[in-house]
Amino acid sequence: MSSARLRVLKAMLFVACLMPFVGMVLAVFGRLGLSLGANPVEELIHENGEWGLRFLLITLAVTPLRRITGLLWLVRLRRMLGLFAFFYLVMHFLSYAVIDQRLAPGPIIEDVFERPFITLGMTGLLLLVPLALTSTDGMMRRLGKRWQTLHRLIYPVAILGVWHFWWQVKQDIREPLLYAAILALLLGYRVWFGNRKRRSQGSRSATSPDPMAGMVRAPGFRRR
Amino acid sequence: MRIRNPNTIRPSEITDESVYFNRRRFLQAAGFTALGAVAAASAKLWAAPGRELASFDLLRKSALSTGEAANSWEDITTYNNFYEFGTGKDEPHRYAKDFQPHPWEVEVAGECDKPGTYSYEDMVGPHTPEERIYRLRCVEAWSMVIPWVGISLADMLKRFAPNSRAKFVKFTTLHDPARMPGQRWPLLQWPYVEGLRIDEAMHPLTIMALGLYGKELPNQNGAPLRLVVPWKYGFKSIKSIVRIEFTETQPVSAWEQAAPHEYGFYANVNPNVDHPRWSQARERRIGADVFAPKVPTLMFNGYAEQVAGLYAGMDLAKNY
Repeated sequence: MSSARLRVLKAMLFVACLMPFVGMVLAVFGRLGLSLGANPVEELIHENGEWGLRFLLITLAVTPLRRITGLLWLVRLRRMLGLFAFFYLVMHFLSYAVIDQRLAPGPIIEDVFERPFITLGMTGLLLLVPLALTSTDGMMRRLGKRWQTLHRLIYPVAILGVWHFWWQVKQDIREPLLYAAILALLLGYRVWFGNRKRRSQGSRSATSPDPMAGMVRAPGFRRR
Repeated sequence: MRIRNPNTIRPSEITDESVYFNRRRFLQAAGFTALGAVAAASAKLWAAPGRELASFDLLRKSALSTGEAANSWEDITTYNNFYEFGTGKDEPHRYAKDFQPHPWEVEVAGECDKPGTYSYEDMVGPHTPEERIYRLRCVEAWSMVIPWVGISLADMLKRFAPNSRAKFVKFTTLHDPARMPGQRWPLLQWPYVEGLRIDEAMHPLTIMALGLYGKELPNQNGAPLRLVVPWKYGFKSIKSIVRIEFTETQPVSAWEQAAPHEYGFYANVNPNVDHPRWSQARERRIGADVFAPKVPTLMFNGYAEQVAGLYAGMDLAKNY
């Protein structure tokens, strides 16, 4: 894919990823027939949280999709998807901390330390901060091989996110179960792929089944 | 977020409060002086999707009502916890639309002299419904103010002549997965069961609700008969009741059965005893502005003066 076409694709993706947020803003002001329902604060918290979780899973789906389809350019959309996950999760936290708790330090600290599901969510969000901060080209170059090691933090972050959702629901776990199943599939694929690669390397097969293997580790692999 | 269902009532269609409180005059002016339901004639005024809701005329007001402003019809009828019709707050009003609560029968059983199967009309007929505007505090830390139409549960229960062994009253919701699609999933142990100590059931604040805002109960709010116990968390106010049993032993309620460490038999509103997963100190009043702060939760939901005596000497942290 040419870099011009990629730029257009990225712009379109950016607008698409922003749509849930635009929808929420319109709903806050009751425009276009959108509504947050009778409990708008709860709805904002849940909606942002779910979109954050969805973007985490979409981000985690990029590598498997790239390997399965062979569409190498997919990886170049990954950073934006990951940053949108971070964006929605920050909005999720802000809806809770600013609108719901009105930045009252006492209740927030109590929640974070005494309510296990909030402890999980908060941990996940904090672990995501260094990933967002090191998402620039400059940081990728500077960190080199360590960049990828650091960014493997997205695995525990996604697990914490689904776990947080699971422990938050009152009784009906069908929805968190669905997220957990998708996450298991995405992580399971990586385990399976890693094993296969190790086996094929063990049997002297020099050619890696992953055309991008090695490239990801090379700093500055992105075209300018 | 949800797309507003075009069939739901818009705020502009909701009867203004002043009109609502003047409905007596309106109905009289319109020539309707008959007691009880005036379904067909007022259908247009009270039209709701799915089922026409009859109106109660000449409702007595009650000294037990709160003076706080009631939530809108839309809030009360579109934000519901009624797992029999789905676990999303907006699911009951969508999935209960075609539910037909009439004819309805209630089985009265257990420690009483007049057990039997009673029709809705038998249950309600001898009583004069009155308006009770109560706060409702959900265990999920949100609250509303609801203008119920109801009858004193004590008055109703006394007709069945409970005997001296009747220490508790057990209530059961209809179990009919064909009509209540939420029951097709084993989310709770169906049917939903709730219970009260006999003195709680006989307390003047406890009512059997038949309606709200002067109309018959909408399906999603527990048609045709539901309990309202305003000093307890909302889940105690069991909906669509088909069975009332007087028992000697304490019944196990549905939520107690599902998660005993989170939900107890008493479930009295108590800002000092947190739910294991969230604080109960404050609550969000539904219908307030998005940016409005939460309000402090009151002991026994503000009904401490009337009900605290029922629990004298009890450790409410243990008997949550």
